[in-house]
Amino acid sequence: MNVLIYAEHEHGQLKGETAKLLSAAERFAGESHVLVAGDNCQAVAEQVAHLAGVSKVLVAEHSCYAHQLAEPVSQLIEQLASDYDVILAASTTTGKNLLPRVAALLDVNQISDVIEIQTADTFVRPFYAGNAIATVKSLDSKKVLTIRTAAFDSVLNTGQAEIVSLDKVFENGQSRFIDETQTKSARPELTAADVIISGGRGMQSGENFVLLEGIADKLGAAIGASRAAVDAGFVPNDLQVGQTGKIVAPNLYIAVGISGAIQHLAGMKDSKIIVAINKDEDAPIFQVADYGLVGDLFEILPQLEAQL
Amino acid sequence: MKILVPIKRVVDYNVKVKVNREETGVDLTNVKMAINPFCEIALEEAIRLKEKGIASEVVTVSIGPQVCQEQLRTGLALGADRAILIESEQAPDALSIAKLLRQVVENEQPGLVILGKQAIDSDNNQTGQMLAALLGWPQGTFASKLEVKDNEAWVTREVDGGLQTLALTLPAIVTTDLRLNEPRYASLPNIMKAKRKPIDVIAVADLGIAVNSNVQTIKVTPPAKREAGIKVASVAELVEKLKNEAKVIG
Repeated sequence: MNVLIYAEHEHGQLKGETAKLLSAAERFAGESHVLVAGDNCQAVAEQVAHLAGVSKVLVAEHSCYAHQLAEPVSQLIEQLASDYDVILAASTTTGKNLLPRVAALLDVNQISDVIEIQTADTFVRPFYAGNAIATVKSLDSKKVLTIRTAAFDSVLNTGQAEIVSLDKVFENGQSRFIDETQTKSARPELTAADVIISGGRGMQSGENFVLLEGIADKLGAAIGASRAAVDAGFVPNDLQVGQTGKIVAPNLYIAVGISGAIQHLAGMKDSKIIVAINKDEDAPIFQVADYGLVGDLFEILPQLEAQL
Repeated sequence: MKILVPIKRVVDYNVKVKVNREETGVDLTNVKMAINPFCEIALEEAIRLKEKGIASEVVTVSIGPQVCQEQLRTGLALGADRAILIESEQAPDALSIAKLLRQVVENEQPGLVILGKQAIDSDNNQTGQMLAALLGWPQGTFASKLEVKDNEAWVTREVDGGLQTLALTLPAIVTTDLRLNEPRYASLPNIMKAKRKPIDVIAVADLGIAVNSNVQTIKVTPPAKREAGIKVASVAELVEKLKNEAKVIG
């Protein structure tokens, strides 16, 4: 079965999800083609061409695809879809925005947040905030899936695929890009980080997140937060780890002042090692932590920074 | 302008659900049900647009069995003007839901449809985008801010790494993220008033839409349980364990 993968990119850089989607695509035992759409994305196409397992890179370069808005990109994928049995994108805000629209144009369902591909039509996905895991079978003619990339490994950079330019254009008179504010950070992105240190309501204020920064710098970690910390206005929502935020699975996850609500656990419980720092020794976070340290985070964090 | 707000009856977000013994789904007997929280935010946004004089009417619609009237009645108490129940005993797949909603949109002709970005039971995050595709309308998903001006909806979207603002030509689809607003509580007088507001009940069969279940659930299991580890006594012990036992730091 042939697979079309939608590649996400930003500022001329391919994002890390595509390499993981390619290892998910291997399960379908067909050719994997990767679509790169944008207004200036030749460099991205070349990065894709080097990934193992890619047999063809399709590049749609035109101003109508700038900012990869769902309206024109979904029409582009609909046009290409007749050559493919499977269409994959990552379970990111971009993939989730785009793929249901593609599926509806193709008159098929879309399956969200796939964590395991059992056979060509049977997939595993969490629902109820990760409190239940469903095995589902799709009866639709095409499989359109968003993939939780944290559940798949990256392929290597050993490929040498052909790059093919597409000249399809879908002018978009319906939605206009106005602006974008990127949270500037020298740190790795949450979904790509090996180490994450997150703060919860116990941090007491946004200013206190500076206590996490020194530790994050020493560990090369990304900084995250619980929904409680976001709801309290300490930090912006794009730092949120949990059911309604980002799903992460780093090697090391340090939860500071986070009680461990179900909705937070749903976003981080697949981390390899979990450390919990909390003053409440009965906090549910300790039930999933490999290492728990009970105490006042305002005393513990400076000590931890000093000892790393 | 009329605003249509589809809402879903789901298990209350405070309930910790458990997988049933047959492993066919979660156990929902005697569990508290409520309006899906993201749908409640959608309804609140529509009601605020009416209070600002931008919307003239707020219509809420739900698809499901008779009992969904409870949630529609709550929607009316919160401020919707009228409600529609598309009565369906079995659960249609997401694409069929979007097709049923397309029919409601064609009947009602709203200028804006506001939906929750996802339901907290199925966690699909699909219906708004699918409805937009079927109607050929623009979409503004995961909205944290919405302004209607000059026949456009300006939607600020919560995207990975920041915020993105789009201007959508009306009619359009908007799906809500958590921070769009804080929904109000229904007041007692409004709860009483809501009892007199109309709920139209339409059988799925009367809409003439073929409803499918093309995504079959084979099995449902509890998530793999993570074992609690150990408590360490000091920062020094923690650092030593992370270095030498877990080997996750250098």
